[in-house]
Amino acid sequence: MTPDPSTTAFRFGYGLPHPTGAASTVEGMLAALKAPDTMAATYPGPTMAAMLPVMHAADTVLKISRRATDEAEAEAARVTYRGHLATLRGMALGGTRATVARALDAPDGLRERLAWFWADHFTTMAPSRREVGLPSAMLDEAIRPNLNGPFSALLGATITHPAMLAYLDQTQSFGPNSRIGQKRKKGLNENLARELLELHTLGAGSGYSQDDVRQMAELLTGLVIGKDGFRFDKRRAEPGAETVLGVAYDGDTLAPVIQALDDLSRRPETAAHIARKLCVHFVSDTPDPGLVAALTSEWISTGGDLAAVYTALLSHPQAWAPNAVKARQPFDFMIASLRALGIPGARIVAMNEGAFRRLILAPLAGMGQPWQAAPGPDGWPEAPEDWITPQGMTARISWAMDAPGRLVRPPPDPTALMQAALGPRASAALQWAVPRSETLREGLGLVLSSPEFNRR
Amino acid sequence: MMPLNRRLFLRGLTAAACSGAAHPLLTTVTFAGSDGAAPLGDHRLVVVILRGAMDGLDLLRPAGDAHYVGYRPNLSASQGIDLNGYFALNPELDGLMPLWARGQLAFAHAVSTPYRDQRSHFDGQDILEAGTGLDVPDGAVRDGWLNRMLQAVPGLTADTAYAVGGEAMPLLRGPAPVSDWMPDLKLDLSAQSKLLLDHVYHDDPLFRDAATEAMVLSDGLDSARTGAGMAGAVSDNRLLADTDRLVDFAADRLSGATRIAAFSLSGWDTHKRQEGTIRPQMRRLERVVTRLSSGLGAQIWGKTVLLAMTEFGRTVRENGSQGTDHGTGGALLMAGGALKGGRVMGLWPGLSEGDLYQGRDLMPTSDVRAWAAWAMRGMYGFDRAVLEGSVFPGLSMGDDPGFLA
Repeated sequence: MTPDPSTTAFRFGYGLPHPTGAASTVEGMLAALKAPDTMAATYPGPTMAAMLPVMHAADTVLKISRRATDEAEAEAARVTYRGHLATLRGMALGGTRATVARALDAPDGLRERLAWFWADHFTTMAPSRREVGLPSAMLDEAIRPNLNGPFSALLGATITHPAMLAYLDQTQSFGPNSRIGQKRKKGLNENLARELLELHTLGAGSGYSQDDVRQMAELLTGLVIGKDGFRFDKRRAEPGAETVLGVAYDGDTLAPVIQALDDLSRRPETAAHIARKLCVHFVSDTPDPGLVAALTSEWISTGGDLAAVYTALLSHPQAWAPNAVKARQPFDFMIASLRALGIPGARIVAMNEGAFRRLILAPLAGMGQPWQAAPGPDGWPEAPEDWITPQGMTARISWAMDAPGRLVRPPPDPTALMQAALGPRASAALQWAVPRSETLREGLGLVLSSPEFNRR
Repeated sequence: MMPLNRRLFLRGLTAAACSGAAHPLLTTVTFAGSDGAAPLGDHRLVVVILRGAMDGLDLLRPAGDAHYVGYRPNLSASQGIDLNGYFALNPELDGLMPLWARGQLAFAHAVSTPYRDQRSHFDGQDILEAGTGLDVPDGAVRDGWLNRMLQAVPGLTADTAYAVGGEAMPLLRGPAPVSDWMPDLKLDLSAQSKLLLDHVYHDDPLFRDAATEAMVLSDGLDSARTGAGMAGAVSDNRLLADTDRLVDFAADRLSGATRIAAFSLSGWDTHKRQEGTIRPQMRRLERVVTRLSSGLGAQIWGKTVLLAMTEFGRTVRENGSQGTDHGTGGALLMAGGALKGGRVMGLWPGLSEGDLYQGRDLMPTSDVRAWAAWAMRGMYGFDRAVLEGSVFPGLSMGDDPGFLA
């Protein structure tokens, strides 16, 4: 099946021009997802293995600085501590640059868009400066390797990743009757258990009870961040069986937790919740019920095989409905703009930090999407009305008028940019307006500010 | 999807005042003494949404309840400020005590929306801002209650109501004209660029209206008063500085033609080490009230009611990490010179085991919407039928609590 090429680029990739080596058929797009993740290898981000020793070193000197009786010793420890934090911050920034660079260079834009979708579905944020690189590590260690396999594998990897355990307070949850819970008089924290049921799997209002949340929270006790990353600590796990949605999970090991996550992955509520979410993200805020049903039934019959679910999506005629009713979110807008301007990933990696923050990160925040800082664990909103606001458009138009001239010297011809970035999607109104701009700068800004460039 | 009507209406608004945008369920009411210039009279209503579930039991501590310290050994450690011999105010809000003494601060305890049992922030906020009960099917109501109030008012202009700040404010979303803006934002465009953008946005109402509003507001700000001179310098603390700018902008608008302003303060989801994590939020809340009061000046503050509400309360007991989890009943903070305050209102349900909701949460004894409805009725004279039928469909307002001066 060979769909309309510009729809492929806008709806399931990061826009025109088509990347070199991009597949033009649905079969080709799906096959590309099975191939090795060359972009992750080309632009590596921070790993837990690299960050944990620095995090521990930071903890150690922080303790020294607090215990020091000698002011000079304390100050020296504080200097070292700040150095470790700066190292972690640099690693995290590397992850941010890598995410941008991959999206710019990827031959398979669909993989990059799916990575974004799942990173949003499993939103994490760094709770402190010490943990600033964790969300990027989760993207590379839990999400990208699992985005084309069974959902249960993706779920297991994300829920047990240190980024998630830290963000949703699982590290603070103790079985009240566990050895450590008893000794330290500590108890449950429901945060991760609740979001796991509400956001990551079944969906709000799908019929689970407060008791299910509580039992799930008891079941999750024992998931901790150890010296070498995630591990299961039996001494914190609530003893005895827990019953979630009528199923009993027994044993103070990781196995029943994994079993529960696997069962949640296969539930029809989970299938319907995430099938709909995929359709809303890629196609329309009010997706065709037949399209959602096709994905849901594929999910249920395969037990949540994501490759099969994507196949159902891309094979459905409604996925290719011609009207572009979604708005590009700011990150999507930014990547599509940089691609249309011909900025390669290598340029982003080499850009000095000040310029990267000024030209990329600060404008994203202005457009309403500060980096890795969604409003909450439910991630970014989907509706165009949430993005195409007076504030958001002020930031988009301002960036569109200002940034191209700073990024590309000499700047491209506005008509050429219009053709490269929009192809057949350029409206008569835009074709009329672009040559009438008074300056090159305003002509380029007009192309990138146009509705057809900002919708997908 | 449904077109976002607000944007369509705004198009007509940029030139002149819009005629009343009638909601199908609404009968438009006429305001005594109102004219085209000030359709809502002199009163100002400010609604602050506290996102993340503010712990009402930590804002307004039931120090006189025998069970309180047992449930909250860590959170009760710091000394609250006694209000009435039973309830104590969180000590971070000590700057509000002069207002309390003047009757310009009040609380309603054990309030909630009709939302129950699922304890999801996102659904809880949706219901709080839609202002509906649970009998309304998901997605059936697409506008917010503050917008439905505006739909009952003829002669509004885009200046009448403002959503301030970067976050979406669904409670103001809907067909009635509303402006969105944040401080320190300006769109600089040449005259020719404006014309060309108008042209390319012409057939896409969403883009057209957002951009038009951005251009109109950017131009309007040039001539706006410098504003908030009375409130003093912006804080050095970053969180407070952001709050200051937000409040100063709101105060500036409210000093002119604006009668309604809404914004949100996030960061109330205090699952762990609450004493530390809630402190900066309590300070911000205090700052919002004190700075708005000084920014507006005595005369306008005297016509103002601020309502700070949240999606639900938090568990009565501390959790395993010196925080609290999602609960049900919470507290509403009211401030303003139009209040007859200095009181803690609402029916206190008690904290003994049998009094708790599901054995874990503060039992809600009144609907947070009823307090907002009484504020609207007292300030603007809406009929009960409009408030109970259209603004908050299905609400029973009960008896007049009489909290307006």
